Amino acid sequence: MAICEFIVNWAGGVPATALPYALAALGLIVSERAGVLNLTAEGLLLVGALAGIGASLAIADRPWVALPAAVLAAMAVGLLFAGLVVLLRVNQVIAGLAVVFFCQGLTSLLGTLAEWQNHPISGLGKLIVWPLSELPAGTHALFQQDGLVYALLPIFYGVHRVLFKSMTGLRLRAVGEAPEAADSAGLGVTRYRVLAVVAGSALIGLAGGYLAVGGTKMWFGGMTGGRGWIAVALVIFARWRPWRALFGALLFGCIESMVPRIAAAGISVPQYFILMTPYLVTIAVMVWAGRGKGGADLDEPGALGRPHVREERR
Amino acid sequence: MDSVLELRAIRKSFAGFAALDGADFTLRRGEVHALLGENGAGKSSLMNVAAGLYAPDGGRILIGGREQRLGGPREATAQGIGMVHQHFHLVKPFTVAENILLANPRGRFSRGIETIEREIAFCTNMLGFVVDPHRRLDSLSVAEQQRVEIVKVLLGGATIIILDEPTAVLTDEEADGLLTTMRRLAAQGTAVVLVTHKLREVTRYADRVTIMRGGRHVAACDPKTMSTAQLTELTVGVALPSPVREKTARGELRLIVAGLRVEHETGRTALDGVGFQVRAGEIYGIAGVSGNGQSELVGALTGTTAVAAGDIWMSGAGHIADRPPAIRRSGGLAAIPADRYAQALAGGLSITDNYAVAGVMAGRYGPWGWLDRKAMAKAAAAAVRAFDVQGVRGLKQRAGLLSGGNAQKLVLARELAGDPVLIVAHGPSRGLDARACAAVHERLLAARARGNAVVLVSDDLDEVIGLADRIGVMSRGRIVAEFDAPADRQAIGRAMVDHG
Ligand SMILES: Nc1ncnc2c1ncn2[C@@H]1O[C@H](COP(=O)(O)OP(=O)(O)OP(=O)(O)O)[C@@H](O)[C@H]1O
Ligand SMILES: [Mg+2]
Repeated sequence: MAICEFIVNWAGGVPATALPYALAALGLIVSERAGVLNLTAEGLLLVGALAGIGASLAIADRPWVALPAAVLAAMAVGLLFAGLVVLLRVNQVIAGLAVVFFCQGLTSLLGTLAEWQNHPISGLGKLIVWPLSELPAGTHALFQQDGLVYALLPIFYGVHRVLFKSMTGLRLRAVGEAPEAADSAGLGVTRYRVLAVVAGSALIGLAGGYLAVGGTKMWFGGMTGGRGWIAVALVIFARWRPWRALFGALLFGCIESMVPRIAAAGISVPQYFILMTPYLVTIAVMVWAGRGKGGADLDEPGALGRPHVREERR
Repeated sequence: MDSVLELRAIRKSFAGFAALDGADFTLRRGEVHALLGENGAGKSSLMNVAAGLYAPDGGRILIGGREQRLGGPREATAQGIGMVHQHFHLVKPFTVAENILLANPRGRFSRGIETIEREIAFCTNMLGFVVDPHRRLDSLSVAEQQRVEIVKVLLGGATIIILDEPTAVLTDEEADGLLTTMRRLAAQGTAVVLVTHKLREVTRYADRVTIMRGGRHVAACDPKTMSTAQLTELTVGVALPSPVREKTARGELRLIVAGLRVEHETGRTALDGVGFQVRAGEIYGIAGVSGNGQSELVGALTGTTAVAAGDIWMSGAGHIADRPPAIRRSGGLAAIPADRYAQALAGGLSITDNYAVAGVMAGRYGPWGWLDRKAMAKAAAAAVRAFDVQGVRGLKQRAGLLSGGNAQKLVLARELAGDPVLIVAHGPSRGLDARACAAVHERLLAARARGNAVVLVSDDLDEVIGLADRIGVMSRGRIVAEFDAPADRQAIGRAMVDHG
């Protein structure tokens, strides 16, 4: 049954391709729920990826070394971004773009200087968790996944709980919706925004680290290939809600893991058309998400992109 | 002395402009203390200092007789000071309970929600009104949102409650309800500050009144010993003549509205067969309890609300029910919308730009892409002078910084320039001080005398009765009665509620 095998293989590839999108979008949601418009994902993915590979090569080729390194590196860059937009109140779009360009340059430079380019690592190994491993062998291609894939659901559940079922989340969202209200309720708007950006950056860094140590298993410049931008679009599609972002990420995972399989199946489609599809789908999805609605109806956080200064009148 | 809050010689400047210039204020336990003053007198600024939101440049704050430094709202709350702001500080997509919990943490989230819901029920019970803690804030009326603010402040343990123009957005009945509640709280020892422009409330509900002008304290006295004329004089400096409505000849028809229907997205009918006519040189007033279709009517007339059925004819523009706003404006429609900061002005743009935009559209300052900025600035300067817009530090200043009354004067200056065929004004004097209010009324009467047709939609019955030649009463999306001036206040009031 060739077609059946094709589908199992394809579906088995989906979680791994979807994971970076999902985590990156989740990180952006955390930041933007606090009112900080965040375009840094593409840069943070690169930083996470390089740090993951770098740690594997320089310290130990272990995922529990590589992934924390990726997270920490991205958090550092996130802190820089937060300082720019929250403390210095630099325009959030411009600062976001600047951080991306900075990260692109920096990672290429460091990757070359440290000679981390094109050195394969063993990276993350696949595993299959217990009840699933008892299923017939034919399905194993479906469930043989990286450990992080299994951690994805708990991560999403946890972030969802924190955002919507905890005081921290209530405050974080208040800061993003109505900073004046949060401020007069006695909350430190600045502190919450910095924390949200840094926490979100950690998730994006994890996504970047996974791309490198779980996916390509080596570093090359610009290896994230625009995934960060798609994550930015996913957030809008998901209306800043974690579960919808996971759904969107899976959708993209389906498309992306289909691409090489179509080529492998010998169906001739122009290569550039295939490379273009994720972006076409992005645009289509965005149009669909926003059909017939004004900006306010998209559930955008009320103060997204707007710095808060206590004594300033709007 | 039983003064619970004392502000002494408070100074505060914004970008070199002294909003507070040595202001004094003393509040005693168990009193309702009114704070009067013109737009821009510094009332909100002074109260924001007391609430810890503005850090004063100088002066002393004494709470319960001891000097305090308020580092922020949190410190003020800890000292028992709670403020309900002129523009509410609430989170729109949150529920009532979440909003209140945000300011008054009660441990873990889910437990906290339960606790706070119980406390809300207890508090509202005591105050004699209801708020459903599960409702989303943006589904509440303004009056209900205000109750949420009050409950929020009370549950924070406030013994000093500052209300910044709480009644500007309320109907007479709602205002009476609120102020009666405040009197009751005062009787239990709470100190209440009531910032307002309505003298009726001052004389009826306040134990003392402080009057501010130009960022300073002018007088503090017992309002019971003062006449309204005296209070007005203290507030604005001079006695104001009340505007007179002279007889004018009614001219040709300017506006015919027939069978107008507007439906909400939810399928609710907001306007249900509204029809009326307005002639040149006439003010047609629309009275009614707010929320009975007035906003939708104004939207339909100005072109911002889609019309489901019916006809709007305007002389000079023809049948406009489904034409875009630009066509209506070029046909001579002038609009003075209810929300001046959101709909009438671009807060981030300069005064010049805000004034000149209408002229730019009409090509008065040269062709597109080649604007005569000098002419624009000159016209704006002349308008600022002619309409007495105060608090303008420079024409390049952001319009959003103007206080309410002055922002409204700028809107009037723009909209009344030229010779509009039809003026649609919605709550034009809301939140304005006595002088600005008189200025607005004078301008509308002048437009009428000039032969413009005016539709005046207002919740303030006195305003409608004072200005309008004919009055339509709106209730549940219909005009249920029409009266000719001089109209009987009682009869109009009955018509407002009979069908509502
Ligand atoms: N945050 C601010 N930034 C700049 N200027 C301000 C700010 N707050 C107040 N002002 C200015 O200070 C002056 C006093 O303003 P304030 O809001 O205290 O007046 P008000 O008495 O409350 O008037 P209103 O009756 O219109 O509410 C105004 O000229 C206003 O433009
Ligand atoms: Mg004020």
